[in-house]
Amino acid sequence: MSAVRHRFGRYGGQYVPETLMPALAELEAAWVQARDDPAFHSELDALLADYVGRPSPLYRAPRLSEAAGHPIYLKREDLNHTGAHKINNALGQALLARRMGKRRIVAETGAGQHGVAAATACALLDLECVVYMGTEDIRRQKPNVERMGLLGARVEPVEAGARTLKEAVSAAIRDWVANVQSTHYIIGSCVGPAPYPELVRDLQRVIGDEARAQVLEHAGRLPERVIACVGGGSNAIGLFTAFVEDEAVQLVGVEAAGEGLDTPRHGAPLTEAGLPGVLHGAFTAIMQDEDGQILEAHSISAGLDYPGTGPEHAWLRDSGRARYVAVTDEQALKAFERTARLEGIIPALESAHAIAWAIDSGFSELDLICLSGRGDKDLAEALALLTPGSAI
Amino acid sequence: MASASTTTGVERIAEAFARARSDGRRAALMPYMMGGFPSVELSREIAVAYAHSGADLVELGIPFSDPLADGPVIHAAATAALRAGATVERVLELAGAIAENDVPVIVMCYSNPVLARGYERFAAALVRAGASGLIVPDLPMEEASELRSVCDRHGLALVPLVAPTTPLERLAQIGATARGFLYAVAVTGTTGERAELDPALVARAAAHASVPVALGFGIATASQASAAADAGADGVIIGSRLVRAAGEADDPVAAVSELISEYAGALRD
Repeated sequence: MSAVRHRFGRYGGQYVPETLMPALAELEAAWVQARDDPAFHSELDALLADYVGRPSPLYRAPRLSEAAGHPIYLKREDLNHTGAHKINNALGQALLARRMGKRRIVAETGAGQHGVAAATACALLDLECVVYMGTEDIRRQKPNVERMGLLGARVEPVEAGARTLKEAVSAAIRDWVANVQSTHYIIGSCVGPAPYPELVRDLQRVIGDEARAQVLEHAGRLPERVIACVGGGSNAIGLFTAFVEDEAVQLVGVEAAGEGLDTPRHGAPLTEAGLPGVLHGAFTAIMQDEDGQILEAHSISAGLDYPGTGPEHAWLRDSGRARYVAVTDEQALKAFERTARLEGIIPALESAHAIAWAIDSGFSELDLICLSGRGDKDLAEALALLTPGSAI
Repeated sequence: MASASTTTGVERIAEAFARARSDGRRAALMPYMMGGFPSVELSREIAVAYAHSGADLVELGIPFSDPLADGPVIHAAATAALRAGATVERVLELAGAIAENDVPVIVMCYSNPVLARGYERFAAALVRAGASGLIVPDLPMEEASELRSVCDRHGLALVPLVAPTTPLERLAQIGATARGFLYAVAVTGTTGERAELDPALVARAAAHASVPVALGFGIATASQASAAADAGADGVIIGSRLVRAAGEADDPVAAVSELISEYAGALRD
């Protein structure tokens, strides 16, 4: 019926107020047109090459490999302009917004990486940018808040709930409902109502397309395991998509186990595999109570601190094509420090979850991990916890 | 509740609109309340006060953790209600207290609490509670057909919404699926009081619906309620102003009763 998938198995859909439905149809039509338009791609590809710095390197990490006892390759999305994979999606959507004649952008951010990417794309394309961010995340990610301000974006603090990513998404959607004629919502992950999950995946699949070619060239073979952290899951879906057809390649999404899956303080709806439900416009794996109220997630990493996930991940899990596991705050923090000491690379706390799992999960002939972002933003938070005598 | 056992929710809603007309009202008064706010006990008194002060139908909100269609007042009330211990079950008990006064109750609930129970169980619970209809603000036409069949089987009205952004062709499609009434959203935005009211959508909606059209979102004052009736609305929905009164006033029951009497007066011929 539609040129863009609205459902991945039973997941996905468009559970939004009626006010937004025409805007979703408009977005879908614009995307269907743009993705087949060579002019759109040549502009995006040129920016990805000359502005973002793509292709990002695939790096064989020798000392991490030694520590793990098997080869580990890192897809270096941390080396992109703005320091994470988020820019791939933000630039593509900002170009799309300009095509639709929308001059005002709203975005949400958790760790601040998507907010910075959106603010960056808006500075480049001369668009107005408003970024919603929970006040707890503003506290945790101060440098990114300052970056967004310098880039000309307005950061709107969100006080509701746990004051993290879930509430920031809700606030951005409410802004969009009120300003839908002039505004495009650059959602930061493969979540939300259709067409967003597929749109974001298509803009992020460059990660996997590059990595697959690179690993074949460097190692002469496909990976045994392809591993990425999953909050909303955009870096993971961007990496996985290129390998979905390679049946021998295991796809592993690493969620936040926070303080432990046996506590309510985690962000692992896929691993927990409870009753699915609707959050932020999509039917997907979510964390909820028996009455259908959405639960607060918890993770040391602001980007994984989310009680939902992309609907395509829920489908990949159910179909058995990908599996989802979870890593605690403590394990992630150790991997954060270890990657710094062993490789001279400070990973984002989000990406450190994927590294932690790869190191601790037995032998593999070749692990390919998405190093989705760099960890400069996490220094204050992580150093406080790593200080001897502190909680961890 | 005698009528509840012999008539369907859809019929009770139709009767309430007809009765409002025959009682000399230009439009039915349809106040919204947040179930469980400011507390479960007080909201029970508020529910009864709504029925006694002139409400023709009552919209009963089930609090949800992530209400995307709501502005700050109703969002905060939902958060407070959940903190105060409101559950779907406890809020549905309020429906009975209203329906006992022969005022039909339309439950407003976001998709997820409905899905968590399952459509069938949720609809059955509404019928048991004496409710007549259901509004799901984040369930657009594309996602609504299954729930509508379930509601139809239970005699419940699944009330759809149209917005100022809804194109005409779509408006006609939605109008054709409307049960009970068609909910016209007056503003491009979330719920909340507005200084200006633009009731233009009412005429467009009425042209495409065989059921009554109720206008809501942004209506806060008696004169705005009157303007909505002037524009041809069959019903006027008032939410945030009343929820604010329930939260702010020293005597919430007296405050909402006074407001509802005022609105009822403004809607009299």
